[in-house]
Amino acid sequence: MQIYLPIAEMSVNLVLILVMGGAVGFLSGMFGVGGGFLMTPLLIFIGVPPSVAVGTQANQLVAASVSGVLAHWRRGNVDVKMGLVMLFGSTLGTLLGVYIFGVLQRIGQIDLVISLSYVLFLGLIAVLMLIESLRAMQRRRRGGATARRKLHKHNVLHGLPLKMRFPKSRLYISALLPCGIGFIGGLLVAIMGIGGGFFLVPAMIYLLGMPAIAVAGTSLFQIIFTTAIATFLQATQNHTVDVVLALMLLVGGVIGAQWGTRAAGVLRGEQARALLAAMVMVVCVALAWDLVATPDEPFSISVAQTPGMR
Amino acid sequence: MGRVRTVLGLLLIGGVAIGRGVSAQDLVADLSHHLIAITTEFTGTAVTLFGTIEGEGDVAIIVRGPSEPVTVRQKERVAGIWINSASVTFEQVPSYYSVAANQPLEHIARPSVLARHGIGLDYLRFPVRGDLPRMVSPDREAEDPEEITTMFREALIRNMQDDDLYIDDLGVVTFLGPTLFRATVEFPANVPTGQFTVSVYLFRDGDIVTAQTTPLVVSKIGLGAEVFDFSRRHAAAYGLVAIAVAVFFGWLASILFRSPR
Repeated sequence: MQIYLPIAEMSVNLVLILVMGGAVGFLSGMFGVGGGFLMTPLLIFIGVPPSVAVGTQANQLVAASVSGVLAHWRRGNVDVKMGLVMLFGSTLGTLLGVYIFGVLQRIGQIDLVISLSYVLFLGLIAVLMLIESLRAMQRRRRGGATARRKLHKHNVLHGLPLKMRFPKSRLYISALLPCGIGFIGGLLVAIMGIGGGFFLVPAMIYLLGMPAIAVAGTSLFQIIFTTAIATFLQATQNHTVDVVLALMLLVGGVIGAQWGTRAAGVLRGEQARALLAAMVMVVCVALAWDLVATPDEPFSISVAQTPGMR
Repeated sequence: MGRVRTVLGLLLIGGVAIGRGVSAQDLVADLSHHLIAITTEFTGTAVTLFGTIEGEGDVAIIVRGPSEPVTVRQKERVAGIWINSASVTFEQVPSYYSVAANQPLEHIARPSVLARHGIGLDYLRFPVRGDLPRMVSPDREAEDPEEITTMFREALIRNMQDDDLYIDDLGVVTFLGPTLFRATVEFPANVPTGQFTVSVYLFRDGDIVTAQTTPLVVSKIGLGAEVFDFSRRHAAAYGLVAIAVAVFFGWLASILFRSPR
C-alpha cells in the first residue's frame, strides 16, 4: 500500500516504512541508542531527500525516546540532574549544528560531511566498544571472581572546575563534562539527524564513569529534548519535517522499542554491546565504501536558490 | 482574417496558431484531465491527450513542468574520496519534461527547427547562471566553455531521467485513423506541483505548421495538501504539533505495552 508524503513529495510503501520503524525501534529500546544512525541512511536509501530524512528523523526520535525513557524511568534508571546538565550543552550544540547545516547545504558539501562524520564517529566508537566488550567477555570466560571494579577511574578530566554532585550516579564531577558531552550530542542531532545515543552512551560510561544501568535511561531522557528542539528548528527553518512519514515511523518505532527494552533484560551487557558494535561497524563500512567507490553517476543535481531569495 | 484566426486560436484553450495560410482547425487537441490531484494515495498517473489534424502531418507533444534554477555538481576524487567540486547552475530548467511523437523526431523535422522550439531531450538548452568553472578535471584543464556546458547539461538531463522526471518516449503518439491521434503522458509519484504546459506541434515537410498549448495543473489535494500548507504558513505551530504527536505516541505505546507487574 502506497502513501504519499506531503513534505518529501514522494510516495512510499506503508508496510516497508512500518517494518523499518519497528526494526530500528527494537534496537533503540535494546541498546538505549536513538537508532537514527540506522534510520537516516535507510530513509535516504529508499529515496527520501536527505534533508527531509534528517528533519523527520529528529521528530520520530522524540517518540522513540519518550517511549524508551518511560520504561527506564519505571525501573528508576534515569539521572534527571545529569540529563538536565547535558541538555544545557546539547541545546547550544543543536543551535550551532543547524547553522552549520545551512552553510554546508548552500555550498553543496552537506552529503559529504554527513557521510564523513558517520564514518569517523561510527568507526571510532565501534572499535572502542568492540575492544571493551571482547575484554569483558574474556574476563568472564577466565572465570573466577572478577576484580571489583572501581566506580570510576580518576583522570585529568576530573580536575575541571564547576564541580557538581550527582547523587543518583554517585558522582562528584565538573558540570563542564556532561555539558560538553551534551554539546557534541546536540551537534550530532542537527548535522547527522541522529539522537546521538551511540556517542552519548559510551561517553557517559567511559568519560563520566556513570553506572551502566543509568546510562541508557539518562541518555534517552536527554535525547527527547534535544530531538524536540531539532524538530522545531528543522520545521521552522528548513521545512523538512514530514509528519506523515514521522507518524508511520513512530508507530513502528514505539512498538519495536517496547520489545527491545524487554530483550535488553535477556542479553548480557557485554553481549549487547558487542552486537551493537558489530552493527555500527557494518553501517560504517557501507558508508565508507560509498565514499571511496567510483560512483556510477559522477554528477548530482539540486534545486538552486533563486538569486535575491534566502 | 488574421485577427479572426488568432481569436479562434486563443479560444481553443489558449492555443496559438502560427501557420502560414492554414486555419487553426488544422490541429485540435485536448486532455482527459486538466488537473492532476495529488492525494495521500497518489502513486503517479497518466493523462490521455486526444486530437485531430487536418490533412497530412506529424505530431509531437511536449509537456513542461514549472521552471526552476538547478545546480549540477561534479564529483571528483580527492585523497581517495569522491567529493563535489565543479558546479554549474542552469536557469529556467523545467522541473518536468516529456516528449512524445508519432515517429522519431529526426524524421519529423530538421535539427534547427527542433532546437529553436526545444523539442526533444537532445535539443533542450538552459541559460547558465554566473561563470563556468575553469577546471572540470585535473588532467583536462581549461576546456572549451561549450564543451563544459554540454557536459553539465547532459548530466542534468541524465539525472532527471533517472528520477523519471524527463521522459523521452517517442512511440506513444498513435494515429487511430488518418486524422485522429491519441497520446498518453505519464506522471510519476514524485511529479512537482504547479502549472504545467502541454504543447502539441503539427509538422509538415519538416517544419512546424501550427501549435497549440494547453495548461495542466498539478496540485496537492486533501489531507496532504492541508498538511503541506500548514507546514509552510504556520511553521512554528506545525513544529510544535509534530513534537506533541510524537510525545503522545511515545507515551501511549509505553502505557499500552506496560508489562503487568
